[in-house]
Amino acid sequence: MTKVKTQSLQKRDSALAKGKKQLEILSNGIFQNGELPTFAAKLKESNQFPLKAKKLEILQINVGYMCNQVCEHCHVDAGPDRKEIMTKETMQQCLDVIASTGAHTLDLTGGAPEMNPNFRWFVEEAAKAGIKDFIVRSNLTIIRANKKYYDLPEFFKKHNVHVVSSMPHWTRGKTDKQRGDGVFDASIKALQELNAVGYGQPDSDLRLDLVYNPSGAFLPGDQMAMEKDFKKALLEDFNIRFHNLFAITNLPISRFLDYLIASENYEDYMYQLVEAYNPSAVANVMCTNTISISWDGYLYDCDFNQMLALPVNSKAKHISKYNEALLEGRDIVISQHCYGCTAGAGSSCQGTVA
Amino acid sequence: MQKTYYDPSDLRKFGKITEWNEELGNKFFEYYGKVFEEGALTAREKSLIALAVAHTEQCPYCIDAYTKDGLQRGVTKEEMMEAVHVGAAIKSGATLVHGVQMMNKVNKLDG
Repeated sequence: MTKVKTQSLQKRDSALAKGKKQLEILSNGIFQNGELPTFAAKLKESNQFPLKAKKLEILQINVGYMCNQVCEHCHVDAGPDRKEIMTKETMQQCLDVIASTGAHTLDLTGGAPEMNPNFRWFVEEAAKAGIKDFIVRSNLTIIRANKKYYDLPEFFKKHNVHVVSSMPHWTRGKTDKQRGDGVFDASIKALQELNAVGYGQPDSDLRLDLVYNPSGAFLPGDQMAMEKDFKKALLEDFNIRFHNLFAITNLPISRFLDYLIASENYEDYMYQLVEAYNPSAVANVMCTNTISISWDGYLYDCDFNQMLALPVNSKAKHISKYNEALLEGRDIVISQHCYGCTAGAGSSCQGTVA
Repeated sequence: MQKTYYDPSDLRKFGKITEWNEELGNKFFEYYGKVFEEGALTAREKSLIALAVAHTEQCPYCIDAYTKDGLQRGVTKEEMMEAVHVGAAIKSGATLVHGVQMMNKVNKLDG
């Protein structure tokens, strides 16, 4: 049984639950007094300002902020107390877009997307569009949370869903610290069940990738080295196999920002991000080939901008007005949180980019 | 004058060492970077060795740097503490093994 650690910032009435407050923090202090350059200034230094959207490749849909976990560093501020859930009408609007998109990847996220009551219907319908790569971001523990979810591995298999799951470490202590007591054991069990139906096996087309994000105020290490360590430990200890590991940097927003400030790590962390700025990562940041759609159908450059309430800079701001041609070439909306995607080897929902 | 000899933010300024002697500074950082590359030892193993040495050298900058480096590489706190004990064991062993010299001297002078 997993145990949630805390409540969402929204439930706690924290000022940081609002994107506006987070953006204020990210623009003041060390970025206001000139100690560190703003992200826009840094882009200008490398002649990459303004950042422009390229051809759409990834359509990412957030079907709701409800989750069975309350992870310490969640950028969505998700949890059981969040009630924002995509309606069937909005899903239908998304399906119309999915049927006509030029994107090669469809990426469903949350919260725990499986908790949306229309999740299965949506997956069944979306799978018919025949998009090359259909991802569901599953937190793993949901598969073990309730009997009604036990058949998810079979359901994913039936629709050839590419499962991408969070796993902060191969040890119980570090995983449970970040994601809640019991999360490690439940995740291991879920991974074994996914393996049992064919997911993650070396020659299997049933893709199972893991997402690693650091458990504290530090950047992720080399993705390939981490993948090697994860594979060795999970195979030796639990006979678990998976395909790739995506190393993702924690962006300084929402609950991770709250943690950075409370633990007095905020300034050091921002220094780390700025010092690790890599212009070649900028060229491939995910906002330039992704559209993020929120539970209520609004369009954003990425999931992080969605959480900061920074909509796309385009006339097409809602799924009902979706127009891929109109969105191409738009200026990406940026702030200092963007340093998280350009540090070191870069970071995206698909791991490193440089 | 600053109140303490060590300031954690000085670690960020380490690269500025090159400003007063570019050639030697650059050579040092080039050498340093090369040493920590993946080789016969993995970068992870090197990081743990660096952490142990950081403690025996009692360098607060290095301790901060290689604790963070270890975390970034997925090193656990149990592994870090074992590495520190290796350093401590060598330090204490190095002290104690000199006891043989003391014993030799006693035996020679007063045996």
